[in-house]
Order: sequence, then structure tokens, then C-alpha cells
Amino acid sequence: MATTVSKPAGVISLPSSPEQVAERGSSSKGELGIIWSRFRRHHFALIGLAALFFMVLIATLAPLAPYSPNEIDRRITEPQYMSHGFAPPSAAHWFGTDELNRDMFSRLLWAGRISLAVGFLSVTIGASIGMLVGALAGYYGGWLDTVLMRITDLFLSFPFLPTLILISAMLHQYKLDGDVTLIQVGTIVGVLSLLGWMDTARLVRGEFLSLLNRDFVTAARALGASGPRIMLSHLIPNSMAPIIVAASLNVGGFIIAESAISFLGVGVSPPTASWGSMLADFQSYLRYSAVAVLLPGGAIFITVMAINFVGDGLRDALDPWLRNR
Amino acid sequence: MTRYIVRRVLWLIPVLVFVSLITFTLMHITPGGPWDTEKAISPTAIANLNAKYNLDKPAWQQYLLYMSNALRGDLGPSYTYQDRSVTQIILGGLPNTASLGFFAALVALLVGVPLGIVAATRQNSVVDYTALAFGTVFASVPSFVLGFVMIIIFALTLHLVPTSGWGKPVQYVLPVLTLGLNQAALLTRITRASVLDVNRQDFMRTARAKGMNEFLVVRRHLLKNAMIPVVTVIGPILAFLLVGSLIVETIFSIPGIGRLLVQGISQRDYSLIMGTTLLYAFVIAVLNLVVDILYGVIDPRITYR
Repeated sequence: MATTVSKPAGVISLPSSPEQVAERGSSSKGELGIIWSRFRRHHFALIGLAALFFMVLIATLAPLAPYSPNEIDRRITEPQYMSHGFAPPSAAHWFGTDELNRDMFSRLLWAGRISLAVGFLSVTIGASIGMLVGALAGYYGGWLDTVLMRITDLFLSFPFLPTLILISAMLHQYKLDGDVTLIQVGTIVGVLSLLGWMDTARLVRGEFLSLLNRDFVTAARALGASGPRIMLSHLIPNSMAPIIVAASLNVGGFIIAESAISFLGVGVSPPTASWGSMLADFQSYLRYSAVAVLLPGGAIFITVMAINFVGDGLRDALDPWLRNR
Repeated sequence: MTRYIVRRVLWLIPVLVFVSLITFTLMHITPGGPWDTEKAISPTAIANLNAKYNLDKPAWQQYLLYMSNALRGDLGPSYTYQDRSVTQIILGGLPNTASLGFFAALVALLVGVPLGIVAATRQNSVVDYTALAFGTVFASVPSFVLGFVMIIIFALTLHLVPTSGWGKPVQYVLPVLTLGLNQAALLTRITRASVLDVNRQDFMRTARAKGMNEFLVVRRHLLKNAMIPVVTVIGPILAFLLVGSLIVETIFSIPGIGRLLVQGISQRDYSLIMGTTLLYAFVIAVLNLVVDILYGVIDPRITYR
């Protein structure tokens, strides 16, 4: 539910600092080079990018984790840890064990795969739906615009979290065969995308409306370019900056949403864990191990904060592209 | 203006029909009904129960019956609480959710707006960096994480407040902070950005150049303009508090609307789910409507189509 303060439209930003002038002047760098050099100046964005890269890396490398995520360590024989788990960190278990004496570190990695995959996939799919709807509405206008925008308004009126919980709970009633985790992650991604495309649709439509009267579009049309061609090779590339910024800031929200439904017990089913479901499992054991809650909680927090830093950095880096209309 | 308001109010009707239809359809295509309990109920008993609650009628009749009753404020009988209707149950939970949301909104406004203003007027000072850190950290921490961190610190370690429960003032502290600080962070960021933005405008330089008292410059020119983006996010913030209370109520076992919905879902209490979801949709739609109208009152540059 990120809200951005919109900048006044029609403001043409002139290169003000010598660096900026140099940036624009150097033709060797290209757009991506300019974006990167602006992004790099944003220290927190760099830290965020590094943290995010680290999280994605260790989640990707989860199969190399010391233990299988659902393996119960029966070598732990101290009576108090046998009864309620949560053996403290040791050489064998770097982050200790969970309530069933499964390796905490390995489980965190596997859970991270789910949380991160859900976040990135649903934002990508949601943004794609939004781009399609916004593009059709903005380019063709007329009744199609009216119908599509009314549908967008209807979807926006859905209370996001209650609907998400409701649909996830309903899907939980089905008996699943095959790879249960894959099916559940797929449905969570599907539901999140279905509830998360509206912002992008409005954004793309607005961008299209402001771009349609620009000379290069008229020129393309005069040269006989078809509608889809104008959209794909002129309008979409020129609308990418705000789409990327909005999408990057949405990833964090979607990771939190997935954690929330897993926390309420309608996300992935045990023994598979996501960070949210680990948090939910540990809440009954606060008295035995308060720190345990902080591990999945901290993972969610660091990831979301890293994503927000990257999003802020991208917004600053893409600023000329966001402003110059 | 009047035409705009009328049109927006009328728009509530398709919104609620749409939300109710989707919710209703979802519940009916899902396997498992409210009578799937641990102990088996005899087929005749199920048939009787279905007849009592009109569940034996075709789905479209059930829907129309439900909606016509809902319009009169009757949200039907609850399947799990045999002695109370859904309307009664919701009315019982509503004050708890409302007071939680009210105090959380108060925290968000009283912390977020002043902190944002002070940070922006002393840009790059210690206060500014503190505000930025607050705005960044608390905007990224989900309520279920913040809630547990506060339980660990204030309830389990310092023993200042109870871990859960509802009713006594001391039991309000953690839930209200958990719910409110996240939005306070958002408000801090928005207020700060907005004040900085207005401060750069030409009319601010003019006001200062003509020797106007700094306090008056801030009050008359700066705040009046800087508050416009802040007011626009109050609607989303209230909506977020309402929905966010769902998680907070679950963490701290507060008997509000959110916990009713979560309970209803786990017990497949159709009418309770339907009632709470409709209430959420209705309140959020009304909030957005009120804010859109308020927006025009505050900013005369906005015209309604």
C-alpha cells in the first residue's frame, strides 16, 4: 500500500549539476549506464541491492544447506530440548533447531525460497496483467477504456487482505495430489497477481494518454505502424520507468502479504515452511525461545527493507525519465 | 460537486454487489460445508440444518434471499454461534476494532505528521536522520513481526504490559503501537517529502523575501500546501488500519471484526465470512469516497468532473 506523492506534471528538469550535464553529454554510456551511475550514488540503495542479492543467493543455494528442511535431528538428547525443541546454536546447528528439532538454518533458507519466489513472481505477473489492461484502455480509449477502468475500480474496491485470506482459505479445502508445495505456491502467486495488477493498469493508462499526443507517436502512425507495434516499440518502452519503480516497491508488499496468510495458517501447508508460517509456528513457543521468532521475522524485515531501498534508489535513478513528460 | 457526490455514492452499489457475488461464489464452489465437524452428523440432521438455513435452495435463490435481508441490516444467522445472529456478533466486535483503529490512527497522526514537519524544516540534522531512520525501519517491518518484538521486549522481558487480552487500558498499548507505528512511518515520509517540496516553491521564497515572520510563513504558506498530499493518504491509511487490525487482533487475541473473519474462515461459517467481508468492502469504499470529497474541499484547484 505504498503511496507516492506525485510530482507536478509538465515540469521539465534541466540538468542542474555539472555531473548531470556530464551524464547527458556522454553518449558512450547509454541509458542503462546513466541509470546505474545515478543509482550508485544512492548508498542505501546499494546496500539494499547487496542485501537483496545475498538473500536471493542463499535462497537459491538452499539445496546445498547442511540439512534437509524437514529432517528431525534425533541426536539431540538433552531432555528439555527433546521435549520442546529449540536447541541453542551449536556447531551442528548454526542457528539452533526449531520446535521439532529440525535445523533452523536450513529451514530458513528453504522458507526464503518460497517467500522470495512468491514476491517476485506475483509482482511480475501482476505488472504484466496491469500493463495489458492499461495499454488497451489507454491506447484504444472509448468504450473499451470505460469498461476496463470500471473493472479496475471494482477490483480496487476489494479489501485486499481479507479477500486474499478468504481465497487462500477456500483453496485450502481442496485435496491436492502431486507436488502440493508447487500447487500452493502457484495459487498464492495467482491470487496475489489477480489482486495486485490495478495500480500498474492505471499507471500505464496515464502514461499512454500523455504519450499518445507526442510527435514520435504521430510520426510512427504516419509511417503506417500498426497499433500493437506502436504500443510495443514506442509506448511501452517509454512508460517503463514508473512501472519498474511501482513494481519494485510492490515486491515488499507482496512478500508481507504472503507472510501474513502463511502466518494465519492458510499459506503453504506444513511441513513446508515460508517465513510467515515459521513465525506462526514459533509464536506458541515464545516462552521457550523468544529469539526464534526473530529469525524468520528478521529475514522478512531485512528483505522488505532491502527491496524498499532498491525501489527508492530506482526512483531517484529513473527520475529524469519519470519527470520529463 | 453534488452530481459528483451522487455519482460516487451510486457507485457503491455495483461495488457491493460485485464483492458479495464473488464472496458468495467462492464459498459455494469450495468443497466442505459448515457441518463438516469432528463428529459425524447424521444425513437427516444435515438435511434439517440445510433446510433451516435455506442451504437446500438453489444458489441464486440463496444469494437473493441473503442480499434482500442484508439490505435490511439482517446478515443472517451464524452457523457456529447458534444463539446470536451475524449482525449481533459483528456489532459486538465492531467497537473493539473501531477503538483499536482510532487509537492507532491517533498514534500515526500525532507521531507521523509532526515528525515529518520537524525533519523537513531541519533537513540533514540529527532530528531529520532520526525521522528518516524511523520512517524507513517502521515502514518495512510487518505488523506480525513488530508485534512479537514488542511482546518479547515489553511483556516477556520487562513485564510492563500483558502479552494479550483486551479491555483494560494497559492492554491497548502494544496492539495500538503495533498497528499505528507502521502508518506513522509512512506519514513521516510523506509529510517530510511534501514539506521539502513546497519549501522549494517560488511563493515560499517570495513570502520570506518580503520579510514575513518565519512562523507565519510556515503556518500560512508551507503547511497549508504541504498538507494536501498528507490528507490524500489518510483514506488509504484508515483502510490499512482497518485491514491491518485483522493480523493485530489475531496476535493479541482481541475480539474484533478481524478475528471474527479469521474464525469464520476456519469454521466455514459462511454467513459470518460474508458479513465481515461485506463490512470491510463497505467501510473501505465509504472511506475512499469521503477522502475524495475532502480532497476537493481542501484543494480548491481540484475540479470535479
